[in-house]
Amino acid sequence: MALYSEKVMDHFRNPRNVGQIDDADGIGEVGNAKCGDIMRMYLKIDENQVITDVKFNTFGCGSAIATSSMATELIKGKTVKEALELSNKAVVEALDGLPVHKLHCSVLAEQAVRAAVKDYYDKNGIAYDPADFREMDEEELHEHVGH
Amino acid sequence: MFVYADNAATTSVSKTALEAMLPYLTQNYGNPSSLYSFGQKAQEALQQARETVARCLNADPREIYFTSGGSEADNQAIVSAARLGARKGKKHLISTKFEHHAVLHTLKKLEKEGFEVTLLDVHEDGVVRLEDLKAAIREDTALVTVMFANNEIGTVQPIAEIGALCREKKIPFHCDAVQAAGHMPIDVKAMNIDMLAISGHKFHAPKGVGALYARKGMVLTNIIEGGAQERGKRAGTENVAGIVAMAAALEESCAHMEENTAKIIPMRDKLFAELAKIPHSKINGSLEKHVPGTVNMCFEGIEGESLLLMLDDAGICASSGSACTSGSLDPSHVLLAIGLPHEVAHGSLRLSIGEYNTMEEIDHIIETVPKVVAYLRAMSPVWDELQKGQRQHLI
Repeated sequence: MALYSEKVMDHFRNPRNVGQIDDADGIGEVGNAKCGDIMRMYLKIDENQVITDVKFNTFGCGSAIATSSMATELIKGKTVKEALELSNKAVVEALDGLPVHKLHCSVLAEQAVRAAVKDYYDKNGIAYDPADFREMDEEELHEHVGH
Repeated sequence: MFVYADNAATTSVSKTALEAMLPYLTQNYGNPSSLYSFGQKAQEALQQARETVARCLNADPREIYFTSGGSEADNQAIVSAARLGARKGKKHLISTKFEHHAVLHTLKKLEKEGFEVTLLDVHEDGVVRLEDLKAAIREDTALVTVMFANNEIGTVQPIAEIGALCREKKIPFHCDAVQAAGHMPIDVKAMNIDMLAISGHKFHAPKGVGALYARKGMVLTNIIEGGAQERGKRAGTENVAGIVAMAAALEESCAHMEENTAKIIPMRDKLFAELAKIPHSKINGSLEKHVPGTVNMCFEGIEGESLLLMLDDAGICASSGSACTSGSLDPSHVLLAIGLPHEVAHGSLRLSIGEYNTMEEIDHIIETVPKVVAYLRAMSPVWDELQKGQRQHLI
């Protein structure tokens, strides 16, 4: 069996929504170069809090690129609230699974979306509970997915 | 185009090795331990293979023990020296920071048993310094184990000098020569090597067969207990076909070493010259003393696994020392040992070529790698920050 599912390879080979948004309403960046993966998510959000456009930049392995790509697809056209409900599990399922040692990439994708939304809230003075947006460090992230 | 550029991982079985081994699978399949002449045919083949391997290393046939591969040979050599030392109250072992895990993990195991391990620095150029070794040697040093050539970056160590020093100090010297055997001249006598590990599949023999050379007088500890095969030092019915193939492959590789090297070096040098033109790339390890076929480079702002996947799509088989390819949180211990920062080590690429590669294949690699690097950089937030001056270039 190949390392990755067909779906993962498709999103790796043809990543959706790669790029940057110059006038983004929210930008989130998670991970660090030392650990080998960084995801940066750009959101364009309209007055009804609907995500009208989303782009990503990712430094990382095949599954980091594929999970970023899939996460952008899953939140495009959704409201900010709906985007916050995106779980790493949903990303993994949409990709027909990930190898166990790659599950942390899906958590990073989930966190990148949350970080971008938090940035949007901060920029627009929208109140939120900071506990909902705590960023996990790399160690926690790997423990979180049982790596 | 399909390009196999991972010969440091494994090689294809040569025609010579395949033809040598086939009769021992279907015709002369007897057990070498059997009394009847049918079994003795296999015993004779083993003896011939032992003589051939010994000749290639300038050893005595009685000093060659066949194993399941390089890892087993390394394990047995190190454990043997440790047990021997412990009996004399010597419990200090010296090695280097960038050995293969077959060596490092064996040392770790012994450390848990109460041995003390000193790992020598390999500096930025990936070469052990004799003065460092001299300074590390103690009264209770039971073993020095240094690899002949590094598997990831290809740097060759001053083996003859280390051997001479160890002989002078009367310390057993083991050498993991898995990457060198069949590719570089090895003379265990001239180099004062007491134990040496080789692995067949790195020089066109099948996987699952290797050998341990142990100089006469080195008392070996068994790793595998059972029958009296290999002079009672390695139990288990011999992998006759594999052993015959290994001897044939080693003999062939040694006989053609000069012409193979002459063919490989221009291909390797072209790879280095062309890929080094990629901005913010770095060649890893000194090129002064280097195995012929190994090329290891880092490209800033990208990650190795995605690079490998894209190269795979272009038909190129290569490897990387990134954390994602190692399955751990850290990138390759070899790249960290030569002082590369984590973020740079994640973007490493190893291409290892052999005499079966062609210049057309090298051109395909040279055409593909810069495109893939540029593509991955275009979507990398790290590269973005480097470009905008928000992050310092490290290479």
